Amino acid sequence: MAKKVASQIKSSKSQPGSAYFMVDSDQRIEQHTMAVMVINEPGVLARVIGLFSGRGYNIESLTVASVTHDDSMSLITIVTSGTPMVIEQIRNQLERLVPVDSIKDLTQEGPYVERELAMVKVVTKAKSPERAEVLRCADIFGAKVVDTTTRSFVFAMTGNTDKVESFIDLMRELGRTEVARSGVVAIGRGT
Amino acid sequence: MASLKPMNGAEIVIQSLIDQGVEVVFGYPGGAVLPIYDAIFQQSSVRHVLVRHEQGAVHMAEGYARSTGKVGVVLVTSGPGATNAVTGLTDALMDSIPIVCLTGQVPTHLIGNDAFQECDTTGITRPCTKHNYLVKEPKDLARIIHEAFFVARKGRPGPVVVDLPKDIQFADCPYVMPESVKPTTYRPATRGKIQAIEKAVDLLSNAKKPIFYGGGGIINAGPAACKKFTDFVRATGYPCTLTLMGLGAFPASDKQFLGMLGMHGTYEANMAMHDCDVMIAVGSRFDDRITGRLDAFAPDAKIIHIDIDPSSINKNVAVDIPIIGNVAHVLGQLTGTWDKRKNRKRNLKELKAWWKQIEDWRSRDCLAYKKNSEIIKPQYALERLQALTEKRDTFITTEVGQHQMWAAQFLKFEKPNHWMTSGGLGTMGYGLPAALGVQTGHPGKLVIDIAGEASFMMNMQEISTAVQHHLPVKVFILNNEYLGMVRQWQELLHGGRYSESYAAALPDFVKLAESFGAVGLRANKPSEIDDVITEMVEVDNVVIADIVVDPTENVYPMIPSGSPHNEMLLGPAAKGKGSGKVTEKGKVLV
Ligand SMILES: Cc1cc2nc3c(=O)[nH]c(=O)nc-3n(C[C@H](O)[C@H](O)[C@H](O)COP(=O)(O)OP(=O)(O)OC[C@H]3O[C@@H](n4cnc5c(N)ncnc54)[C@H](O)[C@@H]3O)c2cc1C
Ligand SMILES: Cc1ncc(C[n+]2csc(CCOP(=O)(O)OP(=O)(O)O)c2C)c(N)n1
Ligand SMILES: [Mg+2]
Repeated sequence: MAKKVASQIKSSKSQPGSAYFMVDSDQRIEQHTMAVMVINEPGVLARVIGLFSGRGYNIESLTVASVTHDDSMSLITIVTSGTPMVIEQIRNQLERLVPVDSIKDLTQEGPYVERELAMVKVVTKAKSPERAEVLRCADIFGAKVVDTTTRSFVFAMTGNTDKVESFIDLMRELGRTEVARSGVVAIGRGT
Repeated sequence: MASLKPMNGAEIVIQSLIDQGVEVVFGYPGGAVLPIYDAIFQQSSVRHVLVRHEQGAVHMAEGYARSTGKVGVVLVTSGPGATNAVTGLTDALMDSIPIVCLTGQVPTHLIGNDAFQECDTTGITRPCTKHNYLVKEPKDLARIIHEAFFVARKGRPGPVVVDLPKDIQFADCPYVMPESVKPTTYRPATRGKIQAIEKAVDLLSNAKKPIFYGGGGIINAGPAACKKFTDFVRATGYPCTLTLMGLGAFPASDKQFLGMLGMHGTYEANMAMHDCDVMIAVGSRFDDRITGRLDAFAPDAKIIHIDIDPSSINKNVAVDIPIIGNVAHVLGQLTGTWDKRKNRKRNLKELKAWWKQIEDWRSRDCLAYKKNSEIIKPQYALERLQALTEKRDTFITTEVGQHQMWAAQFLKFEKPNHWMTSGGLGTMGYGLPAALGVQTGHPGKLVIDIAGEASFMMNMQEISTAVQHHLPVKVFILNNEYLGMVRQWQELLHGGRYSESYAAALPDFVKLAESFGAVGLRANKPSEIDDVITEMVEVDNVVIADIVVDPTENVYPMIPSGSPHNEMLLGPAAKGKGSGKVTEKGKVLV
């Protein structure tokens, strides 16, 4: 209802000269994870990314990979944030793209599970007490050692974004780190 | 029909166009499309109109498409040909006009090499097309061209680019017929959900202060949909306003029509939008020229919104009853449901009071202007043009500026597809080429470009196209020697500091016309107007009519940006003053 918007949008006091009416929104910002099924063709990722940058939407994370047996479709998982009206726009704008087959707003349609893969390299002094501590913490987080030298480990660990970030923060305290992350993939729960 | 002889890519292109029912292509040749031009040379089914600038080609295709309801087709070369087309493509995207634009490209093995006249056409046009394609394999060519037509016209129409590398044009390609092609992932809704239709009819039935707010989507849906819209509005007896893009969807002469709404809309339309209790938006998209201040937009209204594109709904204004579907179908559904409830109770007393209020607003006569016997008022020129062309089936295009707004206010559109204007992008230089496109689709009809002298000069090279192809369009220049719309804002909002808005060093438009082999006419005084218009209409040639008008005239009413609908600036001749004035805060906002 129009009134509802009116209360959500208030005009700004300090505006630059402009041909437009500008507003500051005090609507709450939400984070949503969307699963976008697209035809696997050249340029499709550019379309999706161009849509986000062209319309000023946020991308917190984006992953893409082919997911069907014949490689004809890819799944793009996007974590984005915005006001509820912007989130609705993002979904509708994605739907307009010709090679987009379907969109699931997992956050809205929930419940769903999401995971990220992180590879974390931690460099410490050889034979230092940190080395043992690093291994102990990694164990608690369920991180697997995939490579080691006398002065370093590379861990692979999966989890939701929170867990991955906590692990990385912890490792930063224990040594010099280098991080590679896959970004979020997500899927709805149940049948 | 598809022939069985093997065809090369260029021949496939032409065969696809023929099978898509294309009659005319607007284009300009160059190295990367020579094979296609060779194929054009060897056939006579598809006509080619040689333009003078690729931007003109796209606007011509837009004018053709908007006036005929068909897809407009453009053919340009690679590199500069493609980049010149970009403004036209963006214009078509903003106004939802179906276009297929074929661009030449360097051979596939040279793509990415900075080859001669190479540009990343699909990259450049991705954000300004509904969709685009680069054909990389001969086997995909026919399918992609047919798919491009499908996408351009389906759902919310728009421009589609097909980039054609030169080696593909030479290669042997298999042909497929249009019917066998359908993109599987593009499926716009057509019918509205039945619960939403029921709720909408409930709301409309119980309304006390209703209004129809129709837009370009009704025109997109075709003349039959416009008729359904008109019938439905009449069945309800409710007032109706239209956007700039919607003019013609409902007859201007109907008592229920309140005129255009928005920044330069009528007092009655904007006041009714502000005060209504039920608003039904049909194929219109709550553009910022319409809503003004969002927090003061129709504060008491329940809103029904019919649109084929879900992204138009809840974009600027949150609505109560969204109906996603083609207005052609949804109006049928609404009418059916409305008719079934013949015996419902209506708020007849309140509706009568609402109309009385509207008549009060109407009596302010918001479009009135001060008459003058010495100097031609632009409004007067248009009133005379209206009077002297009323009996004909006249098509109007416009450039962008004050003249465009006066044309929207003072010309009366009784039928759809007779009004072509650049609304969303506001492209100066649109009107002349668009008029040529209209004339191509409607030989023998009267086609007039209402122009400003500055806009006309942005694409005036197309007069040469008009003369070459015997497209006897009329350019009616309301010559105020100013970038008038800019001057008006500077007068009202920037303390009369007319920075760079004087149209200096204008050519003599009469001589200019003659140099092209067209006819040039001029009116300096009000007494000369009728003769000039009569001659312009009668002569069977391209005409440039230079109508020398009052340089100081402003367009009213005007809702300054940042103001609500009920605070409008009215002209000096309107009865009673508008409640609006440009405040310091408003100046910042405009
Ligand atoms: C100088 C200048 C001043 C202007 N001032 C004004 C003004 O005072 N008043 C004004 O009205 N405009 C004005 N405009 C134009 C304005 O910028 C917008 O272009 C215009 O208001 C948009 O019109 P619309 O809402 O009808 O939408 P359109 O741009 O015509 O969009 C059509 C809508 O209908 C939908 N649609 C398309 N096909 C269908 C279908 N088959 N079924 C259902 N839905 C469909 C689309 O998805 C879209 O949402 C001005 C422009 C300029 C350049
Ligand atoms: C391509 C382009 N450049 C700039 C503008 C900004 N603009 C809008 S109206 C206008 C002035 C138009 O002057 P004219 O064609 O003489 O029309 P008038 O307003 O005087 O009737 C300008 C510069 C625009 N709309 N399009
Ligand atoms: Mg001018």
